[in-house]
Amino acid sequence: MGQASYIPLSYYLLLSGFLFACGVLGFLIKRNIITIFMSIELMLNGVNLSFVAFAAHWHVLAGQIFVFFVMVVAAAEAAVGLAIIIAVYRTRETLNVDQVNLLKL
Amino acid sequence: MNPNLNLWLIPILPLAGAAINGFLGKKSSRQAVTVVALFFSGAAFAMALSVAARFSSLSLPYQEFFAHWIRSGNFTADFAFYLDQLSLVMLLIVTGVGFLIHIYSVGYMWDDPSYYRFFSYLNLFMFFMLTLVLAGNYLLMFIGWEGVGLASYLLIGFWFTKDSAASAGKKAFIVNRIGDFGFLIALFLLIKHFGSLNFSQVFQSIVPLSPEKAGAGLLTTIGILLMVGACGKSAQIPLYVWLPDAMEGPTPVSALIHAATMVTAGVYMVSRSHVIFERAPIALTVVAIVGTLTAFFAATIGVVQTDIKKVLAYSTVSQLGYMFMACGVGAFSAGIFHLMTHAFFKGLLFLAAGSVIHAVGGEQDMRKMGGLRSKIPWTFWTMTAGTLAIAGIPGLAGFFSKDEILWRAYQASWSYWLVGLITALLTSFYMFRLWFLTFFGHYRGEAEAAHDHAIHAAPDAHSGHGHGGIHESPKVMVIPLAILAVLSVIGGYVGVPGSLGGNNQFDKFLGPVFHTTAPPGADGTATEGKGAPEEETEGPEPKTGTSTELIFTGISVAVAFLGLGLAWLLYYRSPQLPEKIAASLSGGYQTLLHKYYVDEIYAALFVKPLIDGSTEILWQDVDRKMIDAAVNESAADAGYASDEARHMQSGNIRSYAGWIAAGSAVVLAFMIWMGVR
Repeated sequence: MGQASYIPLSYYLLLSGFLFACGVLGFLIKRNIITIFMSIELMLNGVNLSFVAFAAHWHVLAGQIFVFFVMVVAAAEAAVGLAIIIAVYRTRETLNVDQVNLLKL
Repeated sequence: MNPNLNLWLIPILPLAGAAINGFLGKKSSRQAVTVVALFFSGAAFAMALSVAARFSSLSLPYQEFFAHWIRSGNFTADFAFYLDQLSLVMLLIVTGVGFLIHIYSVGYMWDDPSYYRFFSYLNLFMFFMLTLVLAGNYLLMFIGWEGVGLASYLLIGFWFTKDSAASAGKKAFIVNRIGDFGFLIALFLLIKHFGSLNFSQVFQSIVPLSPEKAGAGLLTTIGILLMVGACGKSAQIPLYVWLPDAMEGPTPVSALIHAATMVTAGVYMVSRSHVIFERAPIALTVVAIVGTLTAFFAATIGVVQTDIKKVLAYSTVSQLGYMFMACGVGAFSAGIFHLMTHAFFKGLLFLAAGSVIHAVGGEQDMRKMGGLRSKIPWTFWTMTAGTLAIAGIPGLAGFFSKDEILWRAYQASWSYWLVGLITALLTSFYMFRLWFLTFFGHYRGEAEAAHDHAIHAAPDAHSGHGHGGIHESPKVMVIPLAILAVLSVIGGYVGVPGSLGGNNQFDKFLGPVFHTTAPPGADGTATEGKGAPEEETEGPEPKTGTSTELIFTGISVAVAFLGLGLAWLLYYRSPQLPEKIAASLSGGYQTLLHKYYVDEIYAALFVKPLIDGSTEILWQDVDRKMIDAAVNESAADAGYASDEARHMQSGNIRSYAGWIAAGSAVVLAFMIWMGVR
C-alpha cells in the first residue's frame, strides 16, 4: 500500500454514512415496495463499506469476513423478500405499502 | 423396655371409619354404615382396653414416636404420643363413653336422611379427641384441640338447614377461637422461653423453677393464657355462652361432645400443665375463681330453664366449673375424678333426655311433659340413677367426686367451699326439678291422639317416624343407658376417700402424674398437701381432719337432700307454687330466665360494634373507598394509557419504519452519550 494511493479513512466513512443515510431516507419516504427493498440493500452496502474500510485500516481480517456474511444474508433476504413482494402483488394487486395496512388494531 | 403398644392405631381407627363413611356412606345402606361406625369406634375402645390391661407393666410415661413433623433449629415437634395415668383415664373415657354413644346414636339417628354423615362426623370427632389426649407435645394437642372444635361445629350445625343450628355452630366456633388465641400465645411463650413444646422437655425445664410468689411472671402469664384457652373449650366464664346454644345439635352429640368428652378437654389440658400451674399461684387462683363463679352462675341459670336439654347444658357448664375449682385449688386428681364420673352421669342424663325427647315425639319443653314414669320405665330408672349421681346422693358416683372437690376446696379457702356448697344445693334442686317435671304428675303435652301430628312439627330428629303414642326407646338406645347408669352408680367407688373407709385408689393411681413434680417447699393453696407424695391422700391425715371431713360430707349430703326436698315441694306437692314465687320475684326471675342477659350484653359490647365497624369502616371506607378504588383507578389508568399507546399500531408500514428509525436514533444517541461520558 503506497503513499500515493492512500485515501484517508474518514472519506470512506463519510461515503458509507452517506450511502446509509440515503438508504434510511428511501426506506422512510418511498411508497413502492421494490424501492424500499432497494433502500435496504443500499443500507447494507453502506455498512459493508465501513466494514472493509476499517478492516483495511486496522489490518484486521475479521471485517472482511463479516462482509461475506452480510452479502450471504443479503442474498437470502433478497430471495425471500422478492418472493414476499410477488405474493403481496398477486393478492393485493398493488405495490404501494400505504395500501398494505390490514395488520393493525 | 416397653413393649410397642401401637398407640397410633387408636386414633387412626376412628379416622378410617370417618373416611369410609364419609366417602362411601352416601351410597351404602344404613346397616353398612352402622357396621363401619361401630366397628371402628369399638376397635378403638378394644385397643384402649388392651393398653389398660398392659398398663401396669409399662415404665411411665410411655412415649411413642411415629414421624418427624417440624424440625427447625433446636425446635422439634413430632408426631409422638405420650401415655401416663392421666392420658389412660382420658383414653378410656373417650373411647368407652364414645363407643356407648355410638351405639345409642344408631337408634336415635336411624330415621335421619344424613345418617352416614352423622357417623362420619362422630368418628372424626373420636379421632381428634384421641389425638388431643394422647398427644406428646402441645402442638399435636393443639391439632386435636382444633379438630374437636371442627367436629363440634359440624355436629352442632348438623341440621344446617335450620337457621338456629347453623348460627349455634358458628357461635361455638367463633367463641372457641377466642380461647384458642390465648392457648396459641401460651404456646409461643413456651417455645420462646423453653425452646420446646414436648411435654417431657417442657416440664423437665420447669420443674426446677420455684413458684412465682407475686406479680405476673412468665409462668403466671402462660398459665393464665392456657386458662383462656380452657375457658373457650370448656365453656367457662366469660366464654361459656356457646355451650347452651350447642344444644341445637342432635342429642347424642350433646352427650358425647358437649358433656362427656370435648368440653372436658380444658380440664385435661390444665391438669396436663399442672407443672406450670403449680408454680404460678396467681394463675391457679384465677382458675379457681373462674371455676367457682362459673359453677355458681350456670347453676342459677339452670334452675329456671324449661328446655330439658338447656337445663343439662347449664348443668354441664356448672359441673365443669367444679372441675376447674378443683384444679384451681391444686386438687388435680379430684378434678379428673369428677371429670370421669361426670362423663358417666352427664352422658347418661343427656342420652336419657334424648330418649325422653324421642318418646314424646321431639318435644323438649319440660312443661309439656310429666307423668312419663310408667310409660318409659327404662329411661325413667336410668335417668333416676343419673339424677341421684349428679345431685350427690351418697353411694353414687357424683357424691364421691363432688365431695372430694368440696373438701379440697375448703382446705384452700372456705369461700370456695361455700359457693360450691350452694351450687351443690342448686344442682340437686334443678336436677330433681327436671326429674319431677318430666316423670311425675300428669302428662301436660298434647293429647295422645294429636301426638302424631305434633311429631311433624318437632324440632328434633324424629320428625319422620310414624308410630304414635309415648313409647319406650328401642333396645339399641336402652342398653347404653343401662351401662352408663351402672357406671354412674358404681363409678365413684374407685375413689372412696379415707374418711369413709376407702383409700382413694383413683387419687393414688394418678399420684405419679401429679405429685412427684410439685415444687419443693411450696406452700399455700397452690399445692395443698403436696409437699411430699406419701402424705397425699386424706387417709393419713390427723384424726381431726378425718372427722372434720366427715362433718363436711354430712353437710353436702344434707344439702343434696335439701335440694331434693325443695324440688319435691315445688314441683310435685304444690306445682302452683313456682309460678307464685316467680311472680313475686319477677325481676330476679326474668334476669335468670334471660341468663343474666349475657348474650345481650355480649351482643351490645362486642358483636354489634364488630359488625358496625366492619360494615361502616372496613367495608364502606377501607374496602370500597380505598382498596377497591385503588384497584379500579389503576386499572382505568392503565386502560387509558394503553388506549393512547395503541394508536402507534396503525398498520401503516412506513410509520412502523419511522418508529424503528426513531428508536435506533435514540439508542444511538444514548450510546454516543455514554461513550462521551
